[in-house]
Amino acid sequence: MIQMTNVTKEYAKNTAIKDISLTVPTGRIIGIVGGNGSGKSTLLKLIAGLAQPTSGSVTVNGEKANRRTGQFAAYSSESGIYYPIFTVREAIRFQASQFPDFNLAKADEIMKLMQLDPHMKIKALSKGNRGRLQIMLTLAREAPYILLDEPLSGLDPMVRDAIVKGMISYVDLSTQTLIMTSHEVTEIETLIDGFIALKDGSLHRMADVEELHEVEGLRIADWMKKTYD
Amino acid sequence: MDEFNASKPIYLQLADRIHRQIVSGELKAGEKLPSIRDMGIKYSMNPNTVQRAYSELERGGILEARRGQGTFVSEQRDRLAQQRVKLKQEQIAEFVHVMQEMGYSAAEILAGVEQYLNSAQKGDK
Repeated sequence: MIQMTNVTKEYAKNTAIKDISLTVPTGRIIGIVGGNGSGKSTLLKLIAGLAQPTSGSVTVNGEKANRRTGQFAAYSSESGIYYPIFTVREAIRFQASQFPDFNLAKADEIMKLMQLDPHMKIKALSKGNRGRLQIMLTLAREAPYILLDEPLSGLDPMVRDAIVKGMISYVDLSTQTLIMTSHEVTEIETLIDGFIALKDGSLHRMADVEELHEVEGLRIADWMKKTYD
Repeated sequence: MDEFNASKPIYLQLADRIHRQIVSGELKAGEKLPSIRDMGIKYSMNPNTVQRAYSELERGGILEARRGQGTFVSEQRDRLAQQRVKLKQEQIAEFVHVMQEMGYSAAEILAGVEQYLNSAQKGDK
């Protein structure tokens, strides 16, 4: 379980996260949504233990989130792509050497599903294939938390579909929890159990998708259009 | 995603879809359904949602979970026959409700349906 209590994160000039308290139970797929600059990536980094709150606390399974609890979390950044001179195979080996929970057999399986060539150099991969590589390197970790920053952003519909199917195939919700930020709210609507909506760094709403459908008869995108102006 | 709408919980929409496939005979009595994960992959849908849809249909006696084997269409044919009638009545009730709201009389509705079916039949030949 992830618990945030009165979390505020300030950077030099702006406040990225304002006094957020929430609890994310395990075994679910959660989307963090909101406009540009609403604090989505910062929230994910706080959960990953890669950023520390200015005030308030973030705990992962009862422990304060920091670089050490980061071992519970497989984090994939929006921009981050590893070492351009590595081949796909070398990137897999490197990832395996860094994380004890990295499952080589699983990586191989996902690599095949994603039709990645193990001998290709990363710098020679198309943007879509880099997206596939990154999701493969993250999903092959058997970490209790999988944290993905904009996994679908800027990719064509075929790659997005492959990545969504990869998540369903290789995240085991009986032992894992998936949290992702996304602009593509329509795309993730049937994929997520619940969403955390941010607005200007504050918690705008946290709810189950089915609750939004049942009670308000709205899709996330419709609800956002209605409440974000 | 386009195939699902926001007016009803997604798990119920999936349950309805499976139910209709059983009524139409596309899924047969005793047939094994895809695993929860495979069904999730097929519709790009959260496995928790698929699980809820399966559970809903199990409660209705339409599906049966067999331990360690997966989920199957019930073999209780009387149950399936009952469900077939029930689904028909639900669809008719919905249609009639909309028609009555627009002010059509029972006679107009009946005549309209009959005419529609007759011309649809001719169209088939």
